[in-house]
Amino acid sequence: MGKSVLKGDVLKFPPKNTSMVRVSLMFVGVALFCLYFSDISITTHDPWLEINRMIVGVFTPDFLAIGAIGDTLLKTVSFALIGVSMGAVSGFLLAQIFHLRVVRLVCSFVRSIHELFWALIFLQILGLTPLTGILAIALPYAGICAKVYSETLEESQTHALQVVPDGSGIISTFFYVRLPEVWTHIVSYTSYRFECGLRSSAVLGFIGLPTLGFYLETAFNEGNYSEASALLITFYVLIATIRYWLRPRLIGFYLIVAPFLLGGGADIKLGNVMRFFTFDIVPAPLRGSSLFDVSSWVDLLNWMQTLITAQAFPGIISTIVLTQIALVGTAFLSLTLFPLISNKFFGKYGRMLGHLFLVVVRSTPEFILAYIFLQFWGPSMLPAIVALSLHNGAIIGHLMGRYSNEISLRPDHAHAINLYGYEIIPRIYGQFLAFLFYRWEVIMRETAILGILGIATLGFYVDSALADIRLDRAIFLIVITAFLNVAIDSLSRYIRQRLRLSRTVQHHPN
Amino acid sequence: MLKNALKLFHTFGTISLLFFLSVWAASSVPLSTVKASDAFVFTAIPDEDESRLRQRFNKIATYLENKLGVAVTYIPVKSYAAAVAAFRNDQVQLAWFGGLSGVRARILVPNSEAIAQGLEDQAFFNYFIAHSSTGLKRSTEFPKNIAGTIFTFGSKGSTSGRLIPEFHIRKHLKKAPNDVFQKVGFSGNHTRTIQLVQSGAYQVGAVNSKVWENEMKAGKIDSSKVSIIWKTPPYPNYQWSIRGDVDVRWGAGFKNRVKEVLLNIKDPDLLASFPRTSFVPASNSDYQPILDVAKAIKLID
Repeated sequence: MGKSVLKGDVLKFPPKNTSMVRVSLMFVGVALFCLYFSDISITTHDPWLEINRMIVGVFTPDFLAIGAIGDTLLKTVSFALIGVSMGAVSGFLLAQIFHLRVVRLVCSFVRSIHELFWALIFLQILGLTPLTGILAIALPYAGICAKVYSETLEESQTHALQVVPDGSGIISTFFYVRLPEVWTHIVSYTSYRFECGLRSSAVLGFIGLPTLGFYLETAFNEGNYSEASALLITFYVLIATIRYWLRPRLIGFYLIVAPFLLGGGADIKLGNVMRFFTFDIVPAPLRGSSLFDVSSWVDLLNWMQTLITAQAFPGIISTIVLTQIALVGTAFLSLTLFPLISNKFFGKYGRMLGHLFLVVVRSTPEFILAYIFLQFWGPSMLPAIVALSLHNGAIIGHLMGRYSNEISLRPDHAHAINLYGYEIIPRIYGQFLAFLFYRWEVIMRETAILGILGIATLGFYVDSALADIRLDRAIFLIVITAFLNVAIDSLSRYIRQRLRLSRTVQHHPN
Repeated sequence: MLKNALKLFHTFGTISLLFFLSVWAASSVPLSTVKASDAFVFTAIPDEDESRLRQRFNKIATYLENKLGVAVTYIPVKSYAAAVAAFRNDQVQLAWFGGLSGVRARILVPNSEAIAQGLEDQAFFNYFIAHSSTGLKRSTEFPKNIAGTIFTFGSKGSTSGRLIPEFHIRKHLKKAPNDVFQKVGFSGNHTRTIQLVQSGAYQVGAVNSKVWENEMKAGKIDSSKVSIIWKTPPYPNYQWSIRGDVDVRWGAGFKNRVKEVLLNIKDPDLLASFPRTSFVPASNSDYQPILDVAKAIKLID
């Protein structure tokens, strides 16, 4: 039966299918291996007092408790809007020179550092000013947009190019021939990025910017769960209704107004910026010593060695362990969750509930999810694994559900579990792996934030260095984090190419 | 054809418009961040519930404004490091620091000074607290049997939540916390330490005595689940620190006036919100013991 359903795909798939299965099993194997070394335990004795209060909070959202909710929402949207526009515009320009190796390297470096780390760095240079938040979003987003835009342009159809008259200028060819071809892709990708931007903007509140996360962190810390649930519900509504309020025609207006809604901040002082570059990030042994002094270079080597063996190395191990387990967790969850919004499995109302569920899970910052699970299970890697898997599983489930809706079935197709196992999964599996491998690097970047919660990933050591005001160490560890991300990114690209997974993922889950 | 051309023109136009608008938005951001007023700004380390801190320090801001005759603002921050960074970058000129954050800030800002501390801060102390299931009981000796438990500090940069407890753990058990305990966490602040030990997520924790008292008063502690097992020896803690260059901006003698005004806080409600009996003069050298301890456990180079 499976054979007759696969029909046209039969010829194309066999070699690819077996290698996809082999790669999948390999990743499951690696995750199981990591699971053995991971620190997973349940230690909580009386979680119910706190959990009861959380559940009560969910059902009694207190919208009046948040005095400045309108202001917070406007700020969250404004930061996202300006940050993403700046990122998209610079990304678009960079995409034009993306064939230059140095541009590719710089882009992959800036996007390999999490927004939160960028924000913590800018916090040191610029202080608590709106510019800190804007740059923290714009910089990594420029790197991501440059990559995706250039891939999109590269893969665009070239039929139109062949009929361009000789002597047409590069610029007019670009705007009249190449760009229109990919314009819809670029618009759809950019609007997806905007949703991510809203999440990033909200999360920046955790470190003190005046967005939603600021109040969310306070509410959670103080156990005001009714206030927290009101904030989260507002955020879900904001994300779920993007397509109603973010009309293309209104963007111009929004961009004009947004800068005035960011609110004031402290003065930016040039001296602070200079000090950051010439003193703060210079490794301690080199500060104030002569470049020709051999002993300070020896000290530097010792400094690096201690940092690497005591922090970077154990940090890298836990980062990889957590990432690999969460990646497979994400895979299983997204395979389970996507039918909820697929028209192959559920009717209109069922899908509406499914959408609601996925929006809630993917819009809840992973930090908050991990915090809630920490209450249930106590400190170990478990809360982080579950939080990352849920958050990312909901995102990929959402993308796969949309993708499965576009599949057309024969009139005599199977139903329910047979349809799922024998037809849908085999047909979307390649796309599923592509989504997953794109997400791999993102999951690794997210482990960093959970480090701030106390799980000893690289993020934990970066956070400790920042808490000790040792910016030299923090920057050194951040650079190591970035290299690790770049490495995972290349590995993921290599596997995608080996499996010949579609490079044109219309909605990159990046 | 014409329709197509129009469409292309439309695309082109939209792109360039969006481009210019984003550039415009980006360039206006710095403008919106320029402060209009030249207010005297202060902050405080986020050691407990933020709404409680806001209430307390907004009252302080009003009080300072009335007494000093200049605009005074309090800005809340999310981490100890952010409080130090703001002080260092001159984005705040006065701060309510803990012992360790104060020492760090004053190393980074030459000529800055500790000017006032709470009467209790001269001999501050901490509690080690434990969940009832551990069976640990209160003693006057350091509880060596906490070894092997799941332990939480407060914030990584906290004096009472990190520095002092880590110092005593190293002193009595001769090992680093990571080697002493089954697991070590950082709850973030004292309120959360109490809550996490009370829920059993962590078995033992180190907490600031003043926050413990505040939470007890607020009825948030269930004594059948969490109790004090040890009280640390005294050490100098919280203080008001001020930047050295305030006299240049607000006129000669400004620093001394701020000091005097802080020492003169008599409003019982205001004092109770800290909670402190009164404020007394402080100096940088009062915090030498903190610096020594921080150097001993390598939190400061």
